[in-house]
Amino acid sequence: MDSYDTSESTPRHSASSRLKDYFIGATPLQKRLESVRKLTSFIPTPPRRKIPQCSQLQEDNDPQKVAFLLHKQWTLYSLTPLYKFSYTNLKEYSRLLSAFIAAEKQKGLAVEVGEDFNIKVTFSTLLGMKGTQRDSEAFLVQILSKSQLPYENREHKVLWTGWFCCIFGDSLLETVSEDFTCVPLFLANGAETNTAIVGTWFQKTFDCYFSPLAINAFNLSWMAAMWTACKMDQYMAATEFLWSVPCSPQSLDISYAIHPEDAKALWDSVHKTPGEVTQEEVDLFMDCLYSHFHRHFKIHLSATRLVRVSTSVASAHTDGKIKILCHKYLIGVLAYLTELAIFQID
Amino acid sequence: MGRFNWMGTCAIMSSQKRVKDSQAQKRTSQVSDTYETNPAGEEKEDLNDSKRSLKHGQDNTADDCGHADDQGEDALQIAVRYFEKGSAINTRILKCMIPTTLISEDSVVKAVSWLCVGKCSGSTKVLFYRWLVAMFDFIDHKDQINLLYGFFFASLQDDALCPYVCHLLYLLTRKENVKPFRVRKLLDLQAKMGMQPHLQALLSLYKFFAPTLISVSLPARKKIYFKNSENLWKAALFAVRQRNQGPPPEPLKLMLGPAQVHPVKRKWNSCSVIPVLNSSSCSKECGKKGMTLSDYLSSNGSFPLEQLKSFPQLLQNIHCLELPSQMGAVLNNSLLLHYINCVKDESILLRLYHWLSQTLQEECIWYKMNNYEHGKEFTNFLDTIIRAECFLQEGFYSCETFLYKSLPLWDGFCCRSQFLQLVSWIPFSSFSELKPLLFDHLAQLFFTSTIYFKCSVLQSLKELLQNWLLWLSADIHMKPVMNSPLETTLGGSMNSVSELIQYVGRLSTTAVRLENNSTFLLHFILDFYEKVCDIYINYNLPLVVLFPLGIFYSALLSLDSSILNQLCYIMHRYRNNLTAAKKNELVQKTKSEFNFSSKTYQEFNHYLTAMVGCLWTSRPFQKGLYIDPEVLEKAGIAEYKNSLNLVHHPALLSYAVSFLLQECPEETTVSMSSVRGKKWNWYLDYLFSEGLQGLKLFIRSSIHHSSVP
Repeated sequence: MDSYDTSESTPRHSASSRLKDYFIGATPLQKRLESVRKLTSFIPTPPRRKIPQCSQLQEDNDPQKVAFLLHKQWTLYSLTPLYKFSYTNLKEYSRLLSAFIAAEKQKGLAVEVGEDFNIKVTFSTLLGMKGTQRDSEAFLVQILSKSQLPYENREHKVLWTGWFCCIFGDSLLETVSEDFTCVPLFLANGAETNTAIVGTWFQKTFDCYFSPLAINAFNLSWMAAMWTACKMDQYMAATEFLWSVPCSPQSLDISYAIHPEDAKALWDSVHKTPGEVTQEEVDLFMDCLYSHFHRHFKIHLSATRLVRVSTSVASAHTDGKIKILCHKYLIGVLAYLTELAIFQID
Repeated sequence: MGRFNWMGTCAIMSSQKRVKDSQAQKRTSQVSDTYETNPAGEEKEDLNDSKRSLKHGQDNTADDCGHADDQGEDALQIAVRYFEKGSAINTRILKCMIPTTLISEDSVVKAVSWLCVGKCSGSTKVLFYRWLVAMFDFIDHKDQINLLYGFFFASLQDDALCPYVCHLLYLLTRKENVKPFRVRKLLDLQAKMGMQPHLQALLSLYKFFAPTLISVSLPARKKIYFKNSENLWKAALFAVRQRNQGPPPEPLKLMLGPAQVHPVKRKWNSCSVIPVLNSSSCSKECGKKGMTLSDYLSSNGSFPLEQLKSFPQLLQNIHCLELPSQMGAVLNNSLLLHYINCVKDESILLRLYHWLSQTLQEECIWYKMNNYEHGKEFTNFLDTIIRAECFLQEGFYSCETFLYKSLPLWDGFCCRSQFLQLVSWIPFSSFSELKPLLFDHLAQLFFTSTIYFKCSVLQSLKELLQNWLLWLSADIHMKPVMNSPLETTLGGSMNSVSELIQYVGRLSTTAVRLENNSTFLLHFILDFYEKVCDIYINYNLPLVVLFPLGIFYSALLSLDSSILNQLCYIMHRYRNNLTAAKKNELVQKTKSEFNFSSKTYQEFNHYLTAMVGCLWTSRPFQKGLYIDPEVLEKAGIAEYKNSLNLVHHPALLSYAVSFLLQECPEETTVSMSSVRGKKWNWYLDYLFSEGLQGLKLFIRSSIHHSSVP
């Protein structure tokens, strides 16, 4: 830290010119501040949301890639807008990132010099993975191990995958200038060390910031309600909740599994506004579950902490892990996660 | 230079194991630092080296001062002189030669000249080249050595030396060294020896610098060209440096950056909270059409941040300054803060905004409830931000939004001083908008905390008021009327300031009651009003807000003379401000929207009357205050009226006694009522001489001496 030489006075007028900008409210920064104020002063989440509709994936998506994203556990991160990111440079980024990873990996292996690092990094776009046309294109980053054998047709093994997306991220787009690319939601699957290296590279290259995205119990209830509300042709898994009771020496987990059709029936009985989910409905839905449980086990679940929700649509854990199961509602699930990510970076 | 550490081989070996890990870490942290500025990034390992050589090339200009240990005997010379004595000795010497600081270029050149005398064996030469490659980064300058490029190149002929010389050339090659005849020679060698990785490395570097000269295709796959020559010395290098000077010397650019590197890399997000200052990563530049990597390397257009060291330099290069790749780095660099202060580019501010908001949120020890052990680090981080804010005389929006989010969760204790300083740097904006977000939460904490907390809050609100007033007064002179949908009129701004003052008034009134008229607290409250009373004159802003009744009477009837004195001073300043305002109104004659309502004047006059009544005429509370005589009788102070003047006022009574005792020191009883007429005036002089300057100003300005009692 160098010391500030306060004897060098800074020009006053620039501060006031910024003040003027502030008043006029025209700058992106100003819009940002306004939106944060709004978010902070009112209820943090809107009291009603749409029930995810059937596949809103846009036409041009690659079904193979989409299938690849399902049934995997992803760790969630929020990400501030990327500065000077360009979709035309993905090849260059692959090269730079793989070099960076090699350099990083070498640090633990100083002795084994001369060994080639058999990895390869690929960047590719996930076409059609967006809510509106304004949303930035989603993209996928993979670290692949290169096979030792020179045969080209041998499959590369995927060591790590991460993808960036923005589904209905209008509120964020409005507050940044065109130098920025908004992909507020980042999902990673693979070793944490790789996530760290890739994240560090992104942070250094695009001046962005990754923060782990935890999902609190309030938002988990919302997920439970919204996902139960989704129409399914066939259910693949039970609807299951996990509550955690903080007690010593070990915390106690309460798992509560319901037949998905029963859950849907319960939802239908509390649900009034067609196509939408309201805060009252979410509360009522959870209260019904609580009272049912209390009747049988005399335990007040409302006094414990909801830590995991799994349905046939997706399952989510409070420490920011998600698994999406249903192709139809992929966009719907991501839209809500994007909303949470944007809330975190605001 | 040339000061080397001679250490036994055994010692080196034994320490090798221990230091391996830390050494490895150290190395990579350097690598990753330099990596950012690495434009090519196509090879894995060696590029770092080549980049480093480039970097050193740049540093030459800045680093001309030479190095101190020239007087020491040039160990390298000694070592190389042994070349003629047989390989066993100088092999050992070379193996043990570890620089403590830097190696002077001269000694390397001399050592190379010893190679030419033809007396040293091939294996010694190999070892020497390996040594040179390993120590390459420690050589202070490379220009002289580069002049020997042709000599080194000729050594490629020697099959045994070839790989090591290649490595050295790889580190040494600059664009101007790439010549057609050298390319031909290399291709000949390759034809003779087959595809050797080291030759390929050099060729690919040549191709990189001069793509037109080399038409052969080189496999892009190969990543590792050189066997690592440093291995022999690596551990020893580290051990010696550690022993001699603690932490190893950082590259020059780090001196500009943050000095503290956080010991625990607890999260991948940050090994240090504030990013290290690095010039923009080239990836952005590469993206621009028509700009190749070599263009980028050779471009002189922009001024690298690493070289920015003085204010004149900033001024000269302000148009072509490379910006840091992570904007957060500016927090630690006062020169860049200057730059930030005058820059018009919104994306720079947005980058800083996003980074700072997220970092504050992630680092905040109570926001996420889980990392209290990093409290010290967070405090330091806040200190850095506050230093930057003070330097800029301006608050960051990120800090404001951070306060919105974290204030409701704050315990009022953690990082108190820093947190309240952030409050005082909230940028000016509409108070009514800020109130539910910030000030309501602050009020709750205020009322439920100790008197010291209350005083700290009042202090920071005073600073906030001062900052707002400064911004506004500067702004008014820029542009008298602003028109925009927001609160942009002067009247609107004044409203906001006046709401802030009233908010503090409410806090103070309640606090005085809660703390039983504590003198300590009253001091802080009156300090705040000392700012308030002078707004019209000091800041040239059309605003006069008086203090609330609760504060006025608490101060007026205080038992402490300094409080009374401060009150007198404030009343005196109010009077001056109001008089000035009145005068201006008369001069302008036009009815502006900023004419103070007659209510303000009435209020002031009421206070003035009460003060004169209490201090001078012994006729207090003529108006507006009624006390049941029965109550007074019960309290035994039916004659209260006479007990309130300069002599009998509880805060001044001791002065009166001292005054009278001074007059007639032998008296055992003093008569208070004797102070009148001439004696009254002496008494006044006595009070003034005791340092009650506020009282003096007040009496001089507000009381006409004809009314001496």
